[in-house]
This record gives sequence, C-alpha cells and structure tokens, in this order.
Amino acid sequence: MKLRKVTAASAVLLALSVTATACGGDKKDDAGSSGGGNKITIGIKFDQPGIGQKTPQGYSGFDVDVATYVAKKLGYNADQIEWKESKSADRETMLKRGDVDFIAASYSITPERQKLVDFAGPYLLAHQDVLVRADDSSIKSPADLNNKKLCSVTGSTSAQNVKEKLAPKAQLQQYPTYSACLTGLQNKVIDALTTDDSILAGYASQSQFKGKFKLGGLKMTNENYGIGVKKGSDLKGKINKALEAMVSDGSWDAAVKKNFGPAGYKNEPAPKIGDIKS
Amino acid sequence: MFDFLDGYDVLGAFWTTVQLTLLSAVGSLVWGTLLAAMRVGPVPLMRGFGTAYVNIVRNIPLTVIILFSSLGLYQTLNITLAAKDTDAINFRLAVLGLIVYTSAFVCEAIRSGINTVPVGQAEAARAIGLSFSQVLFLVVLPQAFRAAVGPLTNVLIALTKNTTVAAAIGVAEAALLMKDMVEKEAQLLLISAIIAFGFCCLTLPTGLILGWVGKKVAVKR
Amino acid sequence: MTSVLYDAQGPRAKRRNILYTAFFVVALAAVLWWVYASLDEKHQLDWALWKPFFNGSEAYTTYIWPGLENTLKAAALSMVIALPLGAVLGIARLSDHMWVRVPATVVVEFFRAIPVLVLMIFGNELYSQYTDVSSDDRPLYAVVTGLVLYNASVLAEIVRAGILALPKGQSEAAMAIGMRKNQVMRVILLPQAVTTMLPAIVSQLVVIVKDTALGGAVLTFPELLASANTMSGYYGANTIASFTVVAVIFVVINFSLTSFASWLEGRLRRGKKSTGAVLGVDETVNIPGHAGTGTAA
Repeated sequence: MKLRKVTAASAVLLALSVTATACGGDKKDDAGSSGGGNKITIGIKFDQPGIGQKTPQGYSGFDVDVATYVAKKLGYNADQIEWKESKSADRETMLKRGDVDFIAASYSITPERQKLVDFAGPYLLAHQDVLVRADDSSIKSPADLNNKKLCSVTGSTSAQNVKEKLAPKAQLQQYPTYSACLTGLQNKVIDALTTDDSILAGYASQSQFKGKFKLGGLKMTNENYGIGVKKGSDLKGKINKALEAMVSDGSWDAAVKKNFGPAGYKNEPAPKIGDIKS
Repeated sequence: MFDFLDGYDVLGAFWTTVQLTLLSAVGSLVWGTLLAAMRVGPVPLMRGFGTAYVNIVRNIPLTVIILFSSLGLYQTLNITLAAKDTDAINFRLAVLGLIVYTSAFVCEAIRSGINTVPVGQAEAARAIGLSFSQVLFLVVLPQAFRAAVGPLTNVLIALTKNTTVAAAIGVAEAALLMKDMVEKEAQLLLISAIIAFGFCCLTLPTGLILGWVGKKVAVKR
Repeated sequence: MTSVLYDAQGPRAKRRNILYTAFFVVALAAVLWWVYASLDEKHQLDWALWKPFFNGSEAYTTYIWPGLENTLKAAALSMVIALPLGAVLGIARLSDHMWVRVPATVVVEFFRAIPVLVLMIFGNELYSQYTDVSSDDRPLYAVVTGLVLYNASVLAEIVRAGILALPKGQSEAAMAIGMRKNQVMRVILLPQAVTTMLPAIVSQLVVIVKDTALGGAVLTFPELLASANTMSGYYGANTIASFTVVAVIFVVINFSLTSFASWLEGRLRRGKKSTGAVLGVDETVNIPGHAGTGTAA
C-alpha cells in the first residue's frame, strides 16, 4: 500500500515536471517563427537603461526608438515588432543564423565584426568615457585613472582598453552588470565606471540618479553604433534610407533628447551614413 | 599543440583555486565546528541561531552569497578585510563567502559524526563531573571528528569545486581562465580537457587519501 | 544525543546560560544594528529601492516570475533527464561484468570530480561552435547539460546506495525462487530502492535549483538571479534590494523542498510494510571514499 502511494506520488511529481517543461516547449515554438509573415524580429539590449531596457511597460531606450522608427519605414508597426535580447557575445551568431532580422544593441562597427556581418549606419557616434560622482572632479584625463578603482562589466573591451593602454595602474573591478558597478560608485567604493558615454548617459538619465553622477568627457575611443544585419542582406540599403529620414525629419534629435537629455550629455551630431570614425 | 596556452597563466589560476580551497577549508572547519557546538549546546538561543543559520545558508545558491559578499560587504558596507587593491579584496571576500556557505555543511557533517558517538561516552564523561564544554571538546568531538572524516572529505571536495563560483566576482581562478580562453581560442576540447584534468588532480587524490585516512582513524566499535 | 551532552541545569548553570544568552543577544544585535545603520547611511534602505517589491506586482510579473519560470524549467528538465541516466549508471556500477562496471565507474567518478560551472561553460561553447541551437535556447541547453552530467553521476551513487541498502534477503529470496539477475533487479530491487531513495532524490533537487543560478551569473541564462540584474538596471541600481528578494525566494523554494524530503524520510522510516531501509536526506554524504555531495553550489 505504502509503496504504491509513494510510487504514485513520484509519478505525479514526474508528470508535473514534464508538463512544466512541455509548456515551456510550446512557448518556444511560437517564438521560433521569426522573420516570416508580418512580424519583424529585432535584437536589442535588455539591461541598458537609455539604450535598451526591459521595463514593465515594454521596452525603452535610444536603440529601441531607432529600431522602432526603422521598422516603421520597413513597413512594420510597433505591435508587429518582436524584441529579442542580444547579449554582446551572441550578436554575430544571432545574425548569421537569422534569429533576428537586425540588431540595434550598442553595436560598434569594427573591422573584425564587419568580416562577419554587415552594418547599416552608423546612427550614433559614442565615445568610451567614465561616469563619476557629481562632486568628484579629480578625473580630467585618462591618466588620472591610475590608482583609481575602475569598474566595468566582466570581459568588456572598455575595461581592458583602460587597463592595457590608457591607465595601467588603474584597479579593475568586474561585475556581471553595470548596476552592480553603480552601487559601488554611489557608495564611494568605486571611483569611476567606464564604458561608452551613451550607455553611461542612459544610466545617469534615470530619475533616481538625477544630479548624482556626471560624465567625465574623456573621449577615449570612437564607437560608431551601427545596425547589424546578416552579411549580404538587402536590408542594409533600406535601413540606411530609414536612418537618413530619421535624422532629416527631426525624430533622431527627439530620441537623443528623450533618452540622454537629463544627463547633460553633449551628443555628437548625427553621423553621415557610412562615415565611420576610427 | 599547446601554443595557445601562451599568455595564459594556467598554473597561476589553479594555484588561486588551491589557495581559495585551503583558506576556506580552514575557516569553515573552525566556524562549522562552533556552529555544531551551538546546535548541540545547552543555550536555547544559540541552538536556534545555529539551526536558523544552517537552514538559511544551505538553501541559498552559493552564487548569491558570493555576489552578496562583494556587493553588500565591500561595495556597500565597505568591508575590505584589510586588503588594499581590488584583486586582493575580491579574493578575501570570496574566501569569506565560501566559509559562510561551506560551514553550514561542515556543521551538519560534524553533527552526523557526533551522532555516531555512543551515548555511554557522554554519560560517563558527565558522571566524572565534566562540564558541557569539557564533554564536548575532550570526549565527544575527538571521536566525532574521526567518524566525520568521510562526510568532511566530501564537503572539502565540494568546496574545491565550489571555488569556481568566485569567477562571478572576477577572482582569477581556473573557471574564469577557462571562460576567457574558450571565448578567445578555438581549441575548446583541449582547453576543457586541461581544466578538467586540473580539477581531477585536485579532487580525486583528496578523495582517495582522506578516504584512506578516514578508514585508518575510524573508531572501531 | 543532544541532551545527553549536558546535565540537567541547576541554579548556577541556569544563571550562566542566561548570561551567555545575554552576551549572544548583545553581540548579535550589535552586528545587526551596525549592518542596519551602514545600509541606512548608504541609502540602501531607501523606500524607493524597495518599493517595487511591495507596491504593485509589476516587478514580479516583468522580471521575477519569468526568471523563476526559467529556473524551475531548467531544474525540472535536468532532474527528468538525469534520473533515468543516473539509474542506468548506478545499476551499471553494480553489474557483475567488468566491461560494464568499469566504464560506468569512470564516467561517474569523472563527472563528480569536475565543477558544474566548468561543465556549463563547456556546454555553452560546444553548442555555440558545433551546433545551430538558437541563441535563445543555448544558455538553457548549456545549463541543463552541465546539471545533467553532474547530477546523473550523483544520482547514480544514490541509486547504487539505495539498492545496496536493501536487506540481502530480498535478492537471495528472489534468486531462490529462480529469478534471473535481470529479474531480481527489475522486479525486486529497483521498485523497493525507489522508495528508499526518494528523500535523497528530493534533496538533490535542492542542489539542482541552487546550481541553476550559476548559469545566470556566468553564462547568460535568464534565470531568477539574472532577472535581479535586469531588474536593478530599471529600478535605479537597487542591487542589494533585488538580491535580497531573490535570496528569499530561493530560501522559500529550497526550504520547502528540504522539509518535504525530511517529512518523506520520516514517513518512510515509520512505514511498516516496506523493508525499513531508507536512504536519508544527508546519507549520500556518507558513502565512504566517494567524492561529491549535496553541497555543490
């Protein structure tokens, strides 16, 4: 009797877990039908406020605005867009495999990446910069970062860049996300957070941080944000046209103001299509 | 064949793993024993604390504990454990996190060891007038430890493997090196084989040697 | 055993205990107060950072629930795949044939000697370099692969110990009535061992649930811990608050699993109709000379 009960219990457990996984499977099938039909799948960041951030109301940020505008010009309304998270390391693979139609995810155009994917744009010229506390004026040049505690996300190129070239004596703290760095920056344990100024401006623009942080304005590198498409895709030309339209009808300026404005971020003028600053 | 190893400090990374393991092992043995003493002791509040500690800590992922020790202790409470530069601070915090986590399992292993000591031992000790701490530390624990060598070995081996979680706060140990290498180099299988071999070298002999020690010191009853 | 360690308390011992208690309370309170004061000073206890978790459900529906769903999905998948695999490996280790026993032993010992995280990183690169698993699914595949390889080996040991824990009379009697080895295992030993092992299997589930967090921290698996990261990006870097909430959720899930396992163990031990052999929650820890416990991250 007892044996049977227990066996029954374990069978129920097993069945439960199987159904749980089966549900997961169904959902995946729906998402799998990307590209076809009247939907467009766009890769963005989910965890960069001001650039691409998942919020309870949907998605927001500059990349999201640009991508929405481009999609509109391509003939897709906002409700026909399916957003996918594209982590930095996954971007090339996602395009190559056709998981997404295009990617707008703080995606800098570099010669190495151009070998693997095509880029439309650039649509924004960003620079590697530092974010410091508003009352800290000790960092005026990259060399001032020596002996400072610098934070960035694990494996990011910006951190390596500072450590290897600009300020070899800087102490590097790496975390999985920028939010963790911000906690330290707020508490005066970290002196500076380094990555692209657009991302930093996005963080600093959040209402919670008003007046707490400022950008260093160091312009350590040029980052030309482009929209990544599959190699040889005919989307490139169409997206370029859409980007040009976005700049000329003023939507570009509006998007910059909306997403980076509160941080006092002095953005570069809209870059010309194909004008990649090295 | 091994050209790709240039520029990577494989031995250094494993040395960090070993250091993490040994320091955390000593720390969690001490703290775990104290916890076990609290849990079997006469003070109800300490018993409650020990039980609560073990039940909470055992059920939190180590990853959360390690991230917490860096974000909470270092970044927020500004505890640096007397280290100056970031790497040293992270290393020490990782050790602290591993001690906090592992001691819960050490405590349980020692308690299981205490359970193997016959009641007569403690009764006899009390009969000759020993106090609780004397009963525990002079009579019961020495025997309990001999019985607990097996479970403690398993905790030590698990600890060795758990040091890889320190990668989450950027401690340059074996798993972080592996992640770095597999992303930049093409020889996935070879790199994995090297790291796997390294861990086998650390864990398998530990199991064999301490297994033998455990049999040697076991109290024959 | 516990109460055997000290005498019934007389007036002096009672006084001493009160003193100890007082000391302990003061020390504990001092630490807690210091933590509270420091957190407060650093504005980590500001209502704005904690509000999302107490005010409305959007933090749960947008971030935490999808993360939790992934955590549970990965844990359930791993258990479902690892269980039969572990059973096969465990039985193979008990085989009379060397060519079955030795490879099974090697596999089990190898995967128990290697950190789960290393297995996960390996899986992730393997899928990205040699297969065309979509990048949406890859972290899940990698996490499940790592968990299955490790836990199948641990479950193999549980199965083996469960079978060995059965009274010898069971297999002897079965053989006496002319059953083959195969039949003894299938009809007599395994069904009884399942009962024996149930508590240990449930508590292994705790290990699996905890280990999924590795995928969130080091790979890009969007599980519960990773959801705290996305969440803190939106709520103004409330990392401490987010991690605390996530930790509490983990404790609640795992504590109920652990309690269920202990309840099951007690019930089985008290049961009269079974053989009385039960593999306890912590008992796999005690298989002498073997690596791996329920303590992996």
